[in-house]
Amino acid sequence: MEAHGPHTDDDLVTMLTRTGERIPHPDFDRYAEDLDAATLRRMWHDMTVVRAFDNEATSLQRQGELGLWVQSLGQEAAQIGSGHALNGNDFVFPSYREHGVALTRGVDLPEILRIFRGLQHGAWDPEAHRFHLYTLVIGAHSLHATGYAMAMDRDGLVGTGDPARDGAVVCYFGDGATSQGDVSEAMVFAAVHDAPVVFFVQNNQFAISEPVTRQSRVPLAQRGAGFGIPSVRVDGNDVVACYAVTRWALERARSGGGPVLIEAFTYRMGAHTTSDDPTRYRTRADESYWAERDPIARLDTYLSSLGELGDDAREAVAAEVKELGRRTRETVRSWEVPAVGSMFEHVYAEPHATVDAERAWFERYERSFADQGVHA
Amino acid sequence: MPTIETFHMPDAGEGLTEADIVTWRVAPGDTVEVNQPLVEIETAKSLVELPCPFDGVVVRLLAQEGDTVEVGVAIAEFDVDPDGEAPADDAPVAQDAVAAEAVVEESAAPAPAPAPAAAPEAPAAPAPAASSPAASSPAQDGSGAVLVGYGVKAGSAQRRPRRDGALDPIGGADEASEYPVLAKPPVRKLARELGVDLTTVTPSGPGGLVTREDVEQAAQAMSARSLATYAGDDQPWLESGYSKDGGRSTRVPVRSVRKRTAEAMVKSAFTAPHVTVFHTADVTETMHLVARLKADREFQDVRVTPLLIVAKALLLAVRRHPEINASWDDEAQEIVYKHFVNLGIAASTPRGLLVPNIKDAHRLPLHELAAEIGELTALARENRTPPAALSGGTISITNVGPLGIDTGTPILNPGESAILAFGAIREQPWVHEGEIKVRWVTQLALSFDHRLVDGELGARVLADVGRVMSDPSQGLVWG
Repeated sequence: MEAHGPHTDDDLVTMLTRTGERIPHPDFDRYAEDLDAATLRRMWHDMTVVRAFDNEATSLQRQGELGLWVQSLGQEAAQIGSGHALNGNDFVFPSYREHGVALTRGVDLPEILRIFRGLQHGAWDPEAHRFHLYTLVIGAHSLHATGYAMAMDRDGLVGTGDPARDGAVVCYFGDGATSQGDVSEAMVFAAVHDAPVVFFVQNNQFAISEPVTRQSRVPLAQRGAGFGIPSVRVDGNDVVACYAVTRWALERARSGGGPVLIEAFTYRMGAHTTSDDPTRYRTRADESYWAERDPIARLDTYLSSLGELGDDAREAVAAEVKELGRRTRETVRSWEVPAVGSMFEHVYAEPHATVDAERAWFERYERSFADQGVHA
Repeated sequence: MPTIETFHMPDAGEGLTEADIVTWRVAPGDTVEVNQPLVEIETAKSLVELPCPFDGVVVRLLAQEGDTVEVGVAIAEFDVDPDGEAPADDAPVAQDAVAAEAVVEESAAPAPAPAPAAAPEAPAAPAPAASSPAASSPAQDGSGAVLVGYGVKAGSAQRRPRRDGALDPIGGADEASEYPVLAKPPVRKLARELGVDLTTVTPSGPGGLVTREDVEQAAQAMSARSLATYAGDDQPWLESGYSKDGGRSTRVPVRSVRKRTAEAMVKSAFTAPHVTVFHTADVTETMHLVARLKADREFQDVRVTPLLIVAKALLLAVRRHPEINASWDDEAQEIVYKHFVNLGIAASTPRGLLVPNIKDAHRLPLHELAAEIGELTALARENRTPPAALSGGTISITNVGPLGIDTGTPILNPGESAILAFGAIREQPWVHEGEIKVRWVTQLALSFDHRLVDGELGARVLADVGRVMSDPSQGLVWG
């Protein structure tokens, strides 16, 4: 890791160092006060579970069971930390890598794989989980998030001072999305309307193979100033800091303080997707530098040093992830191919003549094959 | 006794069709666990290690290191229940419920297609019950019982089988199909240029795509090559043909240009009553003019031939008798007189007879006319005549002279009212200025549609052509 330039891990908000040492922070300590050992253990549990699930899904793709898989490996602290700062009034707009956030929103992880097996566009009720469907179009959902936040404001769900009522929106996207026009437009609207939206950028340093150093002359957080949006650069591999900073931003947004831009500086330890081969564009030295900063390892060290992570907890989680792996494999293989017409069901809320005609045509087309149903 | 599961080559990237086996991490007989390294493969994108999908024992590996294997083809078999009980009979064990159903369905169909190549060289199976090669069972090829979904396109180059019967019109693969033939735009263009009907071409590309090679092959098969007089007995004489009557004849399906020629000729011959008039002319002055123009510096870049002069002569005759440049509109019960001349020139091409025409030939000075005729013949010879040149003709010339033929009674190009046959030009004894001289003489014949062209009009047109050919200076008077 180069020690100069705008995209380094210097000057980040860090509260849990890479060696597992809890260090004080003048601004954000008070937002981490409620993180007792049990809560931290829960975060460790969630990070471990989502990583195991991520690995299982990668294997399933390699075994031909999934068309594609997008790994979250290395980004667990950013996702679980920020996810734990959310409450039930908040609404999340994820991109397609937020498996950790999905876990904190109560989504049953194997369900995510319906998308990646090519069966469904989305597999959970966004309203029930307050977690929107994955958006695969880069950065497009930043506009949806801003619009949703503006609507919450107009519905009187922001700044009432009633914690049972006030909410905010978190929009997750990556460093690559910040190069998209949609994201800039979303920030313009969010800023001028004081929309209660937290833009949470997981800067994993690569837009597929394009390093962030070639996408921005300044740290991504610095862009917020141009829009008039306060911003923070946080250590994305530090679950404590990610939690504290997100909690601060959410409380500010829920109380009517407007948007915040959080840049969580992290590292995509895996490939962009299973179709990608990162050895072609990054060095082993880089990878080992970041392996030493593994987000789970540092929390593990910290909890162990407190005597709060015993063998029983480890064994329980090991058994849980083993069972989750088995359940994931069996669930995925058991899924029936949905009726071909089902993909037309949620295009419009109400019946639509064009969609009906297209559905009829497509069903006729599928019926013309002798092996119908197998390749849906 | 075993319960066999088969592992098929997955698509480890997005849309890959094949991968190379680099290293097997397991061997037959090994006990394996889910997700332990199984095999290293190399795809077009990267080197990938595939994790084992089953707990059990490796029965056999169906592909060797170094093999290139298509996505969806079986590469390994596992016994996932090595301690299980023997089944009642010795039949190969059905993979699972889906596979069993597939067997039932397939049995109602005619003989199953041969399976994709997979297993013939596999090491000997440990038990007879497992010896039936996975790939030979209809349950295991194609519709992949195990990997339902994205990764199981067995033989990605094959189309999904269509249902038999015409119950669903969409199912028909031929003309009635509302699905267009699959071919890339440059291939479509090539087919157009070569006169190949894409619906008649057997596709060889992935997913039923018609390739450039397919079109070229079809064009070659179409083109008539000389028939060997005593060729290999019972073999068909033409690539596009087949042999019948115990090899005593070759039958060639009527297609493309031949088909269109036949239709046009029948239509023309049986709708327009043809009359042909003849005229023998002394064209010595035309030959002198051709010689002079050939030497003319301005005409160095074009070919000057007697055909050029006869074309100009016909244009001059049309100018004097525009009623000849017309067509019969049967539907409207009207005669359509054209204010322009698109001059067709019959050409023998590798595809057969074509009559490309020169648009607005009446506006062209002699040099441009020569250039246009040159380009038209060159394109026809190279089989590159654009479709636009084949429609919209108003009057035509057929140049039979180069074949040594004196003249003929040509059939009209449909939609036109006259066609001029231009015969061979020979030195012949001819009465010239009261004496018998050796002169260049030719025969001209004009066929016309007697519905709208009376004999007198036809005769005048032909006489005018002859007049200009005999004395090109007449062109100055009429031009």
